[in-house]
Amino acid sequence: MKWKEESQRKQYGRALVELGKERSDIVVLDADLSSSTRTADFAAAFPERFFNCGIAEQNMMDTAAGLAASGKTVFVSTFAVFGTGRCYDQIRQSIAYPNLNVKIVVSHAGITVGGDGASHQIVEDIALMRVLPNMTVIVPADAVETYKVVKHVAKMKGPVYVRIGRSDVPTISDQASEFELAKAPVVRDGKDVTLIGCGIMVSKCLEAADELTKHGIDARVVNLHTIKPIDEKTIVKAARETGGVVTAEEHSVMMGMGSAVAMVLVENFHVPMKRVGIPDVFGESGACDELMSKYGLTVDNIVEAAHDVLKRKK
Amino acid sequence: MEVYDGEFITELEAIAKRIRRHCIKMIYEAGSGHPGGSLSAADILAALYFHILRHDPKRPDWPDRDRFVMSKGHAAPALYAVLAEAGYFPLDELSSLRKLGSRLQGHPCMQKTPGVEMSTGSLGHGLAAGNGMALAAKLDRKLYRIYVLCGDGEMDVGETWEAAMLAAHYKLDNVTVYVDRNKLQLDGPTENIMSLEPLSDKWKAFGWHVIEINGHNMREIIHATNEARGVKGKPTVIIAHTIKGKGVSYMEGALHFHGKAPSKQEYEIAMKELGGDKP
Ligand SMILES: Cc1ncc(C[n+]2csc(CCOP(=O)(O)OP(=O)(O)O)c2C)c(N)n1
Repeated sequence: MKWKEESQRKQYGRALVELGKERSDIVVLDADLSSSTRTADFAAAFPERFFNCGIAEQNMMDTAAGLAASGKTVFVSTFAVFGTGRCYDQIRQSIAYPNLNVKIVVSHAGITVGGDGASHQIVEDIALMRVLPNMTVIVPADAVETYKVVKHVAKMKGPVYVRIGRSDVPTISDQASEFELAKAPVVRDGKDVTLIGCGIMVSKCLEAADELTKHGIDARVVNLHTIKPIDEKTIVKAARETGGVVTAEEHSVMMGMGSAVAMVLVENFHVPMKRVGIPDVFGESGACDELMSKYGLTVDNIVEAAHDVLKRKK
Repeated sequence: MEVYDGEFITELEAIAKRIRRHCIKMIYEAGSGHPGGSLSAADILAALYFHILRHDPKRPDWPDRDRFVMSKGHAAPALYAVLAEAGYFPLDELSSLRKLGSRLQGHPCMQKTPGVEMSTGSLGHGLAAGNGMALAAKLDRKLYRIYVLCGDGEMDVGETWEAAMLAAHYKLDNVTVYVDRNKLQLDGPTENIMSLEPLSDKWKAFGWHVIEINGHNMREIIHATNEARGVKGKPTVIIAHTIKGKGVSYMEGALHFHGKAPSKQEYEIAMKELGGDKP
């Protein structure tokens, strides 16, 4: 691998501390996981603006709603599994419906949680969040992008869901470029097929593109960091120009990013398509690499999917 | 103890009666809604909006206003009635309850209705949301207070107790909760569905200052709230013993009027009992 691996959580913590310095309206809540999510960094710097809610995620979401309704910009963190399904009603009723300024930034999403197993490996959170009206859904590709996203969403009004992982991930984005919401960067140009990734799978798409050049295939790679609102323009343009699309996500193929892309293509421009992602099953304990292989999230899986799409292109 | 002259109390009681009439009329016209829990809360709401809260109906977003959260959102008719009486929107608008395009949704929506501080309806959220407001007040060194009205059935909800713990832990003495202890929830009496007693001991054990009152007695509502305002370092819960359906003979203690609109005949009887068919 050609990239440096870095922690998204660490950059989240760093961005939060900067935000805390820049703005007095930033308040952070956590549910007894602050050392893992790295909101502890903010807690250390601004103890008076950090509230540990204990192991009480539902309570935390509604508390966040109340703070936001009183003018605060609230960041709420826990593990993705506890910050979505566990308190879905609270997010729906008290944050999304009243369109409140709460940023749900959750870590440990997907199967790269590893050893903790399926109870902690949420593979359906994107689905849960993207069906909520008013909710913006962002999956940063790496640590650098995580930092930019956190700084960006603090300026946005309304609820946002930001999904980051536990493991260190390859840094593929550069410091200089600015994060633009709902504008998916083409991180590698190409004309034969498009690989659309989000989160940790963007780097896998880039590796797959390298692999495909060995077969004389010129693949385009898109970093679809914003799942909602979705960048229809870039997706349709890529489909039109390359004639085939592969999506890759560390999430269930049911109703995740790939499904969102499929919906755009079905309604706008039909091309052969294949979704790489976790099949409709729960995960299990294991090392990250093992799990990525077992559940079909490898570079080879993407390459294979690209070949399949190319075959159907003709 | 402050002494309130009889005239003032009579005035509040008259407002409560008007709220009850509005509730019956709104629910009758809408053809659905929750009369029982709206009527049991009417006196507390009248006291809040016409005496206790520091608020300005002309400026619903005044940053220093006291906040009221209707955690038992199904009592929306009573909230809308008191908001209209207080001048947040025209009384005429009350008849739009539950109609398409109305600002008065079946359950409170803060985006739509002036004066509604938190969207509710799914039970058990209100206290935690109120705590958030209370934390914000402390952070901003503001003196506004937060009042939350919960149903007693809502005490079944785990989040209520999570929030109770949080408020005590953060010493949210700017939070006052009223529990509308009408002893009925949807399926039956609270003590049959999910027993709550000893309720007062539970709140005490969670670190709260507890006061028990007759929730239909204006003086007791006001005195208890004044007491709560003086309690430092811990939140206060006022367990208000009430009667579900209070004010309409056949609705009092009647389980089936938890969530059912009155028929035409029932409507007419109720309006007569509440002192007139014109609110
Ligand atoms: C989470 C949730 N579950 C169920 C309901 C349906 N529901 C509406 S009112 C009610 C009973 C509420 O009882 P209580 O809190 O005692 O209210 P009151 O008797 O004062 O009307 C129920 C179960 C709901 N609104 N929210």
